Amino acid sequence: MTFLTAHPIALDALLAEVQGPDAGGTCVFLGTVRSGGEDDDIIAIEYSAYDAMADAELGRILADAHARWPAARVAVRHRVGRVPVSEASIAIVAAAAHRAEAFEACRDVIEAVKQRLPVWKKELRRDGTATWVDLSGEPVPARDS
Amino acid sequence: MATVHVRFFARYAELTGTDTTAVTVPVNATVSDVLHYVRDIIPGATTLPPRPLAALNLRQVQLTATVRDGDEVAFLPPLAGG
Repeated sequence: MTFLTAHPIALDALLAEVQGPDAGGTCVFLGTVRSGGEDDDIIAIEYSAYDAMADAELGRILADAHARWPAARVAVRHRVGRVPVSEASIAIVAAAAHRAEAFEACRDVIEAVKQRLPVWKKELRRDGTATWVDLSGEPVPARDS
Repeated sequence: MATVHVRFFARYAELTGTDTTAVTVPVNATVSDVLHYVRDIIPGATTLPPRPLAALNLRQVQLTATVRDGDEVAFLPPLAGG
């Protein structure tokens, strides 16, 4: 099982992993690439990952979510490679008997992804420049820009 | 002595000019010691932060974690998943 994909995320397939006759509520979270506004003119983000660790970490994140919300079923995919503006970079789906547990499980997973997943992103602009998104401080120009 | 495989990702791979190397360190060396050895053999590694995020065998660890022969250590730029 790999949670990473170089292709657009197939939401129907992801939903099929969690849905069932006992699910009364299903929560879907999509993280999408945005342009950054007129001043930024981002056309895509290039995602790179420490693949083996990212897969292992996503497995641990889902296990943690299951331990906390045992009645919820959760599935996740994260893109790697170039993701154009408006496409999803991550999809999380959570199904449970009741909506509250589905929402909470979904939120837990995206928050853990933000804190724990070894994935990095480089913003690609229309003028050909590229910038690493360094969440510890200011954006850092990429060497190949 | 222990041979440790070292990996760099994203911006750190650009700074070091490589995405992988190996170092031989004394028994009971720490991840911090591994970083010290890396700085000795890769000039670009001197530009890495003094205390970067690190992983040992696919799990985040503190720089004080002890390494063993055959381990994989990775130095990770600030995480940006999602």
